[in-house]
Amino acid sequence: MNRCRLVCLVLLVFSLAACNEGKQAVPAGPRLPGIPAYGDALVAGSIGEPSTLLPLLASDSASRDVAGQIYNGLVRYDKNLKLEGDLAEKWEISRDGLTITFHLRKGVTWHDGQPFTSRDVLYTYRVTIDPKTPTAYAENFKQVKRAEAPDPYTFRVTYAKPFAPALESWGVEILPAHLLEGKDVTRSELARQPVGTGPYRFKEWIAGQKLVLESNHDYYEGRPYIDRYVYRIIPDTATMYMELKAGGLDMMGLTPVQYQRQTTTKEFLSRFNKYRYPASAYTYLGYNLRHPLFSDRRVRQAITSAISKDEIIQGVQFGMGQVAHGPYKPGTWAYNPNVRDFTYNPDRARALLAEAGWRDKNDDGILVKDGKPFSFTILTNQGNDQRLKTALIIQQRLKAVGIEVKIRTIEWASFLKNFIDKGDFQAIILGWTIGQDPDLFDVWHSSKTGPRELNFVGYKNAEVDRLIEQGRGTFDQEERRRCYYRIQEILAEDQPYTFLYVPDALPVVSARFRGIEPAPAGIMHNFIRWYVPKGEQVY
Amino acid sequence: MLYYLAKRLLLMIPLLVGITVITFTVIHLAPGEPVEMQVAMNPKVSAEARERLRKFYELDKPLHVQYAKWVSRLVRLDFGRSFAPDGRPVITKIRERLPVTISLNLIVLILEFALAIPIGIMAATHRDGPLDRWTTVFVFLGFATPLFWLSLILMYLFGVKLDWLPISGLHSLGYEAHGFWWRVGDMAKHLVIPLGVATFGSLAGLSRYMRTGMIEVLGQDYIMTARAKGLPERVVIYRHALRNALLPAITILGLSIPALIGGSVIFESIFAIPGMGKLFMDGVMARDYPLVMGVLVIGAVLTLLGNLLADLAYAIADPRIRHGRERAL
Repeated sequence: MNRCRLVCLVLLVFSLAACNEGKQAVPAGPRLPGIPAYGDALVAGSIGEPSTLLPLLASDSASRDVAGQIYNGLVRYDKNLKLEGDLAEKWEISRDGLTITFHLRKGVTWHDGQPFTSRDVLYTYRVTIDPKTPTAYAENFKQVKRAEAPDPYTFRVTYAKPFAPALESWGVEILPAHLLEGKDVTRSELARQPVGTGPYRFKEWIAGQKLVLESNHDYYEGRPYIDRYVYRIIPDTATMYMELKAGGLDMMGLTPVQYQRQTTTKEFLSRFNKYRYPASAYTYLGYNLRHPLFSDRRVRQAITSAISKDEIIQGVQFGMGQVAHGPYKPGTWAYNPNVRDFTYNPDRARALLAEAGWRDKNDDGILVKDGKPFSFTILTNQGNDQRLKTALIIQQRLKAVGIEVKIRTIEWASFLKNFIDKGDFQAIILGWTIGQDPDLFDVWHSSKTGPRELNFVGYKNAEVDRLIEQGRGTFDQEERRRCYYRIQEILAEDQPYTFLYVPDALPVVSARFRGIEPAPAGIMHNFIRWYVPKGEQVY
Repeated sequence: MLYYLAKRLLLMIPLLVGITVITFTVIHLAPGEPVEMQVAMNPKVSAEARERLRKFYELDKPLHVQYAKWVSRLVRLDFGRSFAPDGRPVITKIRERLPVTISLNLIVLILEFALAIPIGIMAATHRDGPLDRWTTVFVFLGFATPLFWLSLILMYLFGVKLDWLPISGLHSLGYEAHGFWWRVGDMAKHLVIPLGVATFGSLAGLSRYMRTGMIEVLGQDYIMTARAKGLPERVVIYRHALRNALLPAITILGLSIPALIGGSVIFESIFAIPGMGKLFMDGVMARDYPLVMGVLVIGAVLTLLGNLLADLAYAIADPRIRHGRERAL
């Protein structure tokens, strides 16, 4: 009993500490912590249905969410987004940075009772690089020169050259070799009935309706308090919100409008806790740098100066987000807080445009150079209302400095195939997910400007190339930080994108769940320690 | 008659081939490939991984080869495996969804006929009176109201405010633990709003056909004869007039058969009902060719069969049509 109290106290202190961290999270609802107890279920709403529970083959977020509860990797990110051991108790990186030796945790069992060993890790590696496996995730493992399992609890990989994102890549879900070896992974039953090592084991999946997980009593970190984790598939966010209010759901992600306008009543706040922290994503206005309009850096700087990012956050996100200055999430170790970005300043925009040779010759309000008016089209994908609204706000602001903007929305597939892949666009509004590892190779390196590659704006900067290579070639975080700080300064000067904003993630959880500990990693990092006091359990 | 049936069935084969050729070509013409939709904009995916996926789905082969392979599987009644990452057989995916969609559509169809026909008759017999006007307003209101909006309002009213009915889905959580009748009741509760809204939206067409048909029939000479004989009005309407007025309703019923397997995406999304509409829509958005083709082929076969059945039913029901056709054959 005393130990329980102590746990409560610690949790309370933790959650208070989290409050003090300022913008990170805003919990509400004055409820006593109660005593941790086993039992109850958490019902979460999901817009999409998972496609497969073999994470190797899945690329959608619903599948990854569910798989995250069922499987473990060798390493994982802790609540402060630092790598820590998961199935690997510890690891060593050789002096030359070429070899990583993982020491695996002993006594971990698969959900079917078989022991977890290095054979499983070796299998996961082999099946991922197997050319017959239709996975999208082979690239990081391809850098491995040699993988070996000298004994059941040691796993060693050797790389041809030091590769910093390598460590993170071992966070992939480890698959059970004893159930998959020698079988066709694309036809395995595990896609619908997975067996993992994680805190929850699979119970049932009713197509299109719900997916139920049960707590794994033998989990190596201890039995999770919440007995069942239910995903309900509800494709419509309005319906989901009503289900939440009616008590049919315990957790969902709110839209900014719902957060700001529809969930502020006393009654709601007494039943639910809302959380708010920056999502791992940013929205940007990207320029086609091959296009003559945007080849001049001053023009891009001018456009950024003409746009009020705060206004976009207010108008599009109801204030639920923060200004982006570069490709990293504010608060993470690679994020440079001292970057001097171009702030909203229309006069400066006009001056920069004049410097670049754009003048309003015929007093129609549109700038002209070499007889051509400054007019361009912003493309964005259809169905993303926030991007469209962003484009409309930018259109108004640029008109004020003499640039005419047209807006076109195009269906996603066509947008990619006919415009992005062919480089046939002037400017686009899109978003990127911010990976946990700060490596920028795929999006910003000049070798990635080919067709169908992700540096589709065609950004080429020799110094950035060199810094990216240096950054991924060392495990020394200080050295990497220096590289990425400098890259952010260069990007802020070059403005290949106008980085617009980092939206906030806005999860809401029923107030009967205690022990939630908001952190930079979000709220799910300690899900196995969430609990519902006995008296409040519903299911 | 048998000769006619055989001929119609044989004619369906080239028709079906034509349909599959056109649909197969058209969905491949749409920009984007399943691989693109799965991996686009994902920094972790290399060009080589993309090629690997294309090869896995055999998208690297020419279109006619892909079609030939697909047809050769189809004649063995194998719809192939979905291009979604789960790679499950298309037929399994359809089988999961079809019963829900068909049952719901069937119930809506029955409710529609059970309500629209009396409404139409009443409107016709009270022509231009207040009853006629009010039912007209009612059915057109159903026709004109955006159903997703009405659904949300009703969900809010009955689900959140009054807490009488569940909001979405087909079952309550943990329904497995209860007895059969409890589960039936639970499902019925879940279906009140969706079925109500769907029926409300469908009344206009049929009830107007009924009204027009009835008014026309009531103006005929034989009705006057019946009335002149001194038959009670009830007998005149329901025994003599109704039979002939029902013909357009039978046409509509025949046309509704293929629609039974189709579902509405918006409807299914709002009520979180796992039906065919959402399955098909997701398949199209992800360029899941085998799934799209599978749904379309089943739809095409049902449409052709539905038309055939409707024609046959006519022939059986109406001697004029039957004789006319046999002479023509």
